[in-house]
Amino acid sequence: MALGRIQVQAMARRGEVVEARVLIRHAMETGFRREADGRAVPMNVVNTVACRHAGREVFRAELGSGISANPYFAFWFRAEESGEVTVEWVDDAGERGVASARIEVS
Amino acid sequence: MRALAALALCACAAAAAAPPRPEPPLPGTHFLGADLKALQADDFANPGQLWVARGEALWSEGAKPCAACHGEAARSMRGVAARYPRFDAGLGRVVNLEGRIDACRTGHQGLPALAPESPERLSLAAFVARQSRGMPLAVSVDGLARPVFERGRDLYRTRIGQLHLACTHCHDERWGKTLLAEPISQGHPTAWPAYRVEWQTLGSLQRRLRACFFGVRAAMPAYGDGDLLALELYLAWRGEGLALESPGVRR
Repeated sequence: MALGRIQVQAMARRGEVVEARVLIRHAMETGFRREADGRAVPMNVVNTVACRHAGREVFRAELGSGISANPYFAFWFRAEESGEVTVEWVDDAGERGVASARIEVS
Repeated sequence: MRALAALALCACAAAAAAPPRPEPPLPGTHFLGADLKALQADDFANPGQLWVARGEALWSEGAKPCAACHGEAARSMRGVAARYPRFDAGLGRVVNLEGRIDACRTGHQGLPALAPESPERLSLAAFVARQSRGMPLAVSVDGLARPVFERGRDLYRTRIGQLHLACTHCHDERWGKTLLAEPISQGHPTAWPAYRVEWQTLGSLQRRLRACFFGVRAAMPAYGDGDLLALELYLAWRGEGLALESPGVRR
């Protein structure tokens, strides 16, 4: 199950630079691990994370097998208008996840 | 004189029944670096919170959810995890928190038991344990729980494995020293289920205990084994009064 969360402050002044924090539940299989019976576990990592706010992309990351399980991101963006801050991600198996938080801009 | 001798005998018997605990008792967080301490304390970044969130969803999922009997977990489950493992009169045996959840599933919900270390089992246990965060460990080791407690107490002092060590040799005699680069904790079970960085996932206390068996090169008991349960009960008694911190973060 795709599970993740995003956190931004609830209120901001227009143009204020605010922090967003993202945590995604994912095993981030590197492809190098083997099961007890010797079968290789296929690589499956979250390969893209993108965050949108006010109709534009404010953050994008491309990940590989060097990122730990359950990746955590913190980044800053300029709050332009009230609305959802939405982060989306997709892994190598094609499973997508989405989480959003609301910010009120005054 | 006779009274004095009897008193001395009593004191000895009491000492044998209740072996000394580390003084002062220090939680596992005391032996963590600043980064992991901060990660555990941060309710957003603590990865264990992802399992808690999943457990919260599971709590009210299904045809006959946990919430149907227990209602709001914040109220009904408060302090529950601090009392486990305990003797369950209905089941007639000592169970840990995960075992009690399984008994609810098979006995009341008509669901199959959950596999050890399955995400669902860990999530429910983490969610229930979360409701007792900050409350002191307080298990009962009297009455019908006594034989299990005594088994755990004796196992704790039994040398095992190729390294021929007992729990007590590290966690009573050498806590605060280092094992290679890692500080040795007092081995209190307050953080579990905990997110262990080495595992990159949440795991139960039984998984952590198995890792200790592996560490001293002993045969690892299976999940749910009586030895592991007895150790869990003994450790909970030994850590009495320390605050629960699940979901903890550990190395």
